[in-house]
Amino acid sequence: MAELVAKSPCAGLLPISEGGVTVSEVDPGPITAIAPFRGKEKTLNTALTRAHGLGWPAPGQSDAAGDARIQWFGHSHALLMGVAPKASLANHAALTDQGDAWAVVRIDGKGARDVLARLTPLDLRPAAFPVGATARSELQHMQAAITRVGRDAFQVMVFRSMAQTLVHDLQVALRAVAARG
Amino acid sequence: MRIPCPLCGSRDIREFDYMGHAQALDRPEPEAGAQAWDDYVHNRDNPAGPTRDLWFHGLGCGAWLVVDRDTVSHEITAAALARDVKGGAA
Ligand SMILES: [Zn+2]
Repeated sequence: MAELVAKSPCAGLLPISEGGVTVSEVDPGPITAIAPFRGKEKTLNTALTRAHGLGWPAPGQSDAAGDARIQWFGHSHALLMGVAPKASLANHAALTDQGDAWAVVRIDGKGARDVLARLTPLDLRPAAFPVGATARSELQHMQAAITRVGRDAFQVMVFRSMAQTLVHDLQVALRAVAARG
Repeated sequence: MRIPCPLCGSRDIREFDYMGHAQALDRPEPEAGAQAWDDYVHNRDNPAGPTRDLWFHGLGCGAWLVVDRDTVSHEITAAALARDVKGGAA
């Protein structure tokens, strides 16, 4: 029987570092897309709180409780990350395992915002996008999810198939920001 | 141009796709007749002034929006989720 070895989306590509900004791969653990059934939003919120200690996120919000993280992910759509979903959630929402579907990276350092500003039209000023804020937006033509995880730290997710493009575009932006000093 | 998505807030135009006039929401009954279907499928006004479009926030939240826009001034006066405008239909 073949021994299969799991390979992360950015294996061999990260980490990279330039001008004090570092891009590293994040292992998000299990990822489950949650899409509430029509009219079940309230009962889903209760079930989520009971099962994972996390409520349904408002648009643009993310939250964490222990290993479990929830991240708003679009219209009537959120991701549960870090833990497997309790079966009780399936009474209120469609659950889809997306565990191997996303490349997840973290951008750390003083210039992290300047790097992202070269790639996305999002307003990333702290007043408009504080820690915990999350957005679906464009990152150099890719459909991305961007979350502020610290004052100078962002998490970026794109489709796994675009991992190499993501790293390339981040590398170019890192160099451009570093070159300006 | 920026569109105020009800879910995402004010966003750059590059995140959206134009999906035609909001007339597409008013689908005639199957037996409404050739004229009604001809109007629905093919005939559009080309106003200089207020108009109502559908926009898809494909590089954002994925929602379809109904947007009130002025073709002369480019002012956007309203944006709502198509789901809310259309009501209960799934
Ligand atoms: Zn949106």
